[in-house]
Amino acid sequence: MKRRDLLFALLILALVWQAAAWLVAKPILPSPGLVALVFVRELGKGLAEHFLVSLWRVAASTILAIALAAPAGLMLGQSPRLNRFFSPLIYLTYPIPKVVFVPLVLLFLGIGDSAKITIIFLILFFQILVLVRDSAAALRPELIQSVRSLGAGRRALFRFVYLPASLPAILTALRQSVGTAVAVLYVAELYATTKGLGYYIYLNGSTLLNYPAMYAGIIAMSLLGLGLYFSVDWLEKRLVPYK
Amino acid sequence: MIQLQDLTFSYGQNLPVFEHFNWQAQRGEAWAVLGPSGCGKSTLLYLLAGLFLPSGGKVLVDGIPIERPRPQSGLIIQDYGLLPWATVHQNASLGLRVRNFYGPDGKHTPQDFIPEQDVLPWLKRLGLESVADKYPGQISGGQRQRTAIARTLALKPDLLLMDEPFSSLDAPTREGLQALTLELQQEQALTLVLVTHAIEEAALLGKKILLLSQPPNIHANVIDNAEVGNPEYRHSARYMEVCHDLRARMEIP
Repeated sequence: MKRRDLLFALLILALVWQAAAWLVAKPILPSPGLVALVFVRELGKGLAEHFLVSLWRVAASTILAIALAAPAGLMLGQSPRLNRFFSPLIYLTYPIPKVVFVPLVLLFLGIGDSAKITIIFLILFFQILVLVRDSAAALRPELIQSVRSLGAGRRALFRFVYLPASLPAILTALRQSVGTAVAVLYVAELYATTKGLGYYIYLNGSTLLNYPAMYAGIIAMSLLGLGLYFSVDWLEKRLVPYK
Repeated sequence: MIQLQDLTFSYGQNLPVFEHFNWQAQRGEAWAVLGPSGCGKSTLLYLLAGLFLPSGGKVLVDGIPIERPRPQSGLIIQDYGLLPWATVHQNASLGLRVRNFYGPDGKHTPQDFIPEQDVLPWLKRLGLESVADKYPGQISGGQRQRTAIARTLALKPDLLLMDEPFSSLDAPTREGLQALTLELQQEQALTLVLVTHAIEEAALLGKKILLLSQPPNIHANVIDNAEVGNPEYRHSARYMEVCHDLRARMEIP
């Protein structure tokens, strides 16, 4: 995709929005120009902080999910016995929409960041676990044996085979689940917090009835999702050039 | 150089593949191991490589029992031996990178190993310079096998183990690599053990041929094939004779 094409698509979206705003002509749909102005103004008045809090929650849960799910996936993928034991469990829990656990996790972990981080972690964890497991299982025993014959022990196998083999799976998992993660973050931030973009959007939309600010929040949340998506893209280009 | 003493090996509770099997090979010899599918020829190679351990008896290389891959032995397999995410150059230097990773510990890396990264001479020698930045998926089967050879020879092995190395290649590529293998074996004074199911290949590359049959293998059946190495050997009457003899011994009509 070319940068020019992306800018062009953005322009079209803004035009459609502007046209809709003229047609509707109500405060609940302000024009993109007004929202852009409010967005810049609100950045200095707390929006930036809400953005950073949300970013921190996503980043922390992503790092936590990779740190736990990638090694677990590698172990399952390389040990048919372990996999036989765990796969029914994963099979049953993987398709559950993790967002239904929001009230439950809030009850258990209460207010604060840990509940929000846990929920996003759950989504990413299963996605990464399953993809890394499958990619590790797809590594041919011949490949492992031939690298072992070069003198590689456990540590070198990890460094030269398992780690590079699971990187694309981790990135694919992130690409697939980053959107869901941000969506669930929004839901999670509706409860028991006064920080984060979800809270900010809901507060301005339902309590303060400050619609331009609400739209600024939506823009910020979209930028968060887009930024994460672009980061995964960028990492993939740098780390997985052979694809 | 290689001694199998009273070797017994079986997969789990199955019938042993080798039972009290004895065999030896001298330094610098070129051996072909021939036999039908399931006779244990790849098993033998993995035992020599230290990737499998005997159930009984000993595998000795240079008088030392093999309990793990030996740094001075190189193994080349039929397919899938290269890292798909690494370029030809990175794949060829993998062995050296593993050695640099551990340092000369005597276990993964020979104690007299001097750190180096340079595989370029090998890439040149094997005609891989122009594809050095390509990935295994982008090059031909013959080039992939050359890459595997470069990777192994860069480690300066004294024992080269090859498991059906050319069986997935087309005939001209196979003949080219067979000639190259013989040339490198003589040039580098390598002890070669090449496993194959192809009678012609065994007769062409093995100065001595170890013939295995359906398990359990108890006696080493060795055929001398002293004229190997002569470039015209492929077209000689003697070669045809050896092939014929091998075919008869394998009971192929």
